[in-house]
Amino acid sequence: MYSFEPNEEQQMLIDAMGKYAVNDLRPAAHDAEESRELPKKLIGKGWELGLLQASTPEAYGGFGDRSAVTGALAIEEMAFGDLAGALAVMTPSLFATPILLAGTEAQKQEYLPKIVGGNWSPYTAALIEFNFDFDPNALKTSAKLSDGTYVLNGEKAFVPFAKDAEAIIVYADLDGVTQGFIVPKNSAGLTISAEREKLMGLNALPMYRVKLEDVRLPAENRLGGEAGHDFELILASMRVASASAAVGVAKASFEYAKQYAKERDAFGVKIAQKQAIAFMLAEMITEIESMRLMVWEAAWKLDNGKDDSAIAAYLANTGAADMAMMVTDRGVQILGGHGYIREHPVEMFLRNGRGFAMLVGLAIV
Amino acid sequence: MSIEFENPKPIVQMQTMLQSVAENMMRPASREFDECEHSIPWDYVEFMHTAMKAVGGGGGLAPVDDRTNVSTDVKRPPIGYQKLAAQIEMLAWGDVGFYLITPGGGLGAAAVQAAGSPEQKAKFLARFNEDKPTYAAMCMTEAGAGSDTSAIRTRAVLDESTKEWIINGEKIFVTGGDKSFTEYEKLGKGFIVVWASIDPTAGRSGMRAFVVESGTKGVSIVKLEHKLGIRASDTAVISLVDARVPYDNVLGSPTVETNTKGFKGAMATFDATRPLVAASGIGVARAALEFLKEKLKENGVEIRYGLPRNKLTSVERDVIDMDIQLRSAWLMVLKAVWMADNKKPNALESSMSKVRAGDIVTRITQKAVEIMGPLGYSREFLLEKWFRDAKITDIYEGTGQINRLVVARQILGYTGAELR
Repeated sequence: MYSFEPNEEQQMLIDAMGKYAVNDLRPAAHDAEESRELPKKLIGKGWELGLLQASTPEAYGGFGDRSAVTGALAIEEMAFGDLAGALAVMTPSLFATPILLAGTEAQKQEYLPKIVGGNWSPYTAALIEFNFDFDPNALKTSAKLSDGTYVLNGEKAFVPFAKDAEAIIVYADLDGVTQGFIVPKNSAGLTISAEREKLMGLNALPMYRVKLEDVRLPAENRLGGEAGHDFELILASMRVASASAAVGVAKASFEYAKQYAKERDAFGVKIAQKQAIAFMLAEMITEIESMRLMVWEAAWKLDNGKDDSAIAAYLANTGAADMAMMVTDRGVQILGGHGYIREHPVEMFLRNGRGFAMLVGLAIV
Repeated sequence: MSIEFENPKPIVQMQTMLQSVAENMMRPASREFDECEHSIPWDYVEFMHTAMKAVGGGGGLAPVDDRTNVSTDVKRPPIGYQKLAAQIEMLAWGDVGFYLITPGGGLGAAAVQAAGSPEQKAKFLARFNEDKPTYAAMCMTEAGAGSDTSAIRTRAVLDESTKEWIINGEKIFVTGGDKSFTEYEKLGKGFIVVWASIDPTAGRSGMRAFVVESGTKGVSIVKLEHKLGIRASDTAVISLVDARVPYDNVLGSPTVETNTKGFKGAMATFDATRPLVAASGIGVARAALEFLKEKLKENGVEIRYGLPRNKLTSVERDVIDMDIQLRSAWLMVLKAVWMADNKKPNALESSMSKVRAGDIVTRITQKAVEIMGPLGYSREFLLEKWFRDAKITDIYEGTGQINRLVVARQILGYTGAELR
């Protein structure tokens, strides 16, 4: 059966997330971006809404099962408010969800209860590398098995909250396959950059370079233990998350531009009454809606273990990234000169929108 | 309810069956009926009529019939429109020109269904279940009135002495007009639905639809158009000179009221059919994309899904974009028809699906021809035909521009006067 209606539980979550996005994240977004600082209370409030807690089974301290569809719905709502804030709230999922999906029983028992049972705390993951041809399936950071321990070498970039992180899942190449490794803080050979990353957007989200020099890890720190894990599933979950965030940011830009166009006078009418503007808006909402459905389908395929879920996630992510670029660019264009001024949020949406093509691994459903 | 993307079993079964029709009956004859414009593929017409009657779906592919069948089924969520969209997509994948001449009431019957009384529905729609394949067509467009249907100049005047309507005017772009009006031995008696004004001073509220039976005196097929594509489907110019039509053949109220119900009836028809037109275009685009992928594979070109964009070749990027466009457009169609099945107002989603499909099917077929080079341009393959066939998607039943206007008015909350 096809159905395009969230269930009751999902609708409640969407409503709660939507409120938080509009009442909390959005009003804080401008100052957070300018001051490069997200208020702790703001993150805490988003954490209390319990997306990760509701995705973690009771046995590990949560109260529900993980659903990529639910995750995608929630991320879109939060990203509509503010992308940096949304990513900050969900950073612990970067560590917890892969463990939930692929971890050994011991890994689950060790980490999940303390992450979901407590306040928001910085557990994170490191996937991106600072190369133009960065490819999650062909990482330059390497892991080598030697005398029963894994030795990690390489450098990771754009790692959220790395400085304060209790532990980081570092993705590295092991014999040609990407695998995750749990790297506790203060591991010998692990260096977190003193300076934060400075990027085109996402300035409120503290991100760091992470250097690994002969970091030695016991065999049980490999995600999934001795047998390892299927990275494809984790990557697909990251892509769906990124794609749904792209839909949220695009929607934010669209709504803002639409409102502006209905208020701005020119030549005796509102500019939205001009076909040149009205048609742009019509195309924006059409693209947003079509990519939202791509994201939903990919998420549903993940939840239902469909064979082509990885390709669906890749297509959704690729399409949503392009869409976000197109829509956020037009958001600025519709506001004209005002769109270029940082008082209006559309320029920030544009900077954030540009990132989706390369920033996989900053969120996961 | 919950978000789900499982293609229902009855639809999968139907698709499998129609795929075989497409492969065995449509594709092999596709080229012939593209080149011999205005000849009728009787094998297909008669087979489809028999087949549809056999499964109890007489009346063809009109959404109204399918919906009537389904609404009696109270146990499962209705999927009538979804099934119809999937049928149309698959038939158009076979050959969209053939699909367009699938016997049945088409837009003519849809207008009767949308604006007719119960008596009129009984009287005019029963014929599609009879022995011979039967057609009906919609006559809306005029030389001076395309998307701006309020500019229609065809007039209907009531002759009080005989209680007949006298209709004068000329209609163009009548899809299936020939098979609906001309009396063929192998076809049942069809009709055309003619939109005319009963009061030119009343604008849209004066607009009415009239059922004009095949063979009516004063009505003639002036010519059949020669087109870029969809050549198996006849497109007629129909002239009406003092054509007399029974009083009861007017759909809706015979007097002018202050509201614009008559016109809204026509527009309601379009809300229902826009996603279906989108579906037909998507079928053509899928045929082109599948052909392209097959040929690339034959030539050793592999599409490496999953690679970052900057590591892909230009051809790979194009194909991946085409995959995204095709699937996302199809999902928009599915959502629009799912809303129709669940009785949710879907004017916005219908128009969005048409905007999206109109865009992507032209882009996909254009790109596929480009990538295939000389093979794409040659009539040795059907690809160049699909390129020509696809283009109509962005034109008929509301051009992409009109649909953008409809979408924009909806999202901005503007009336036609506020956003012209």
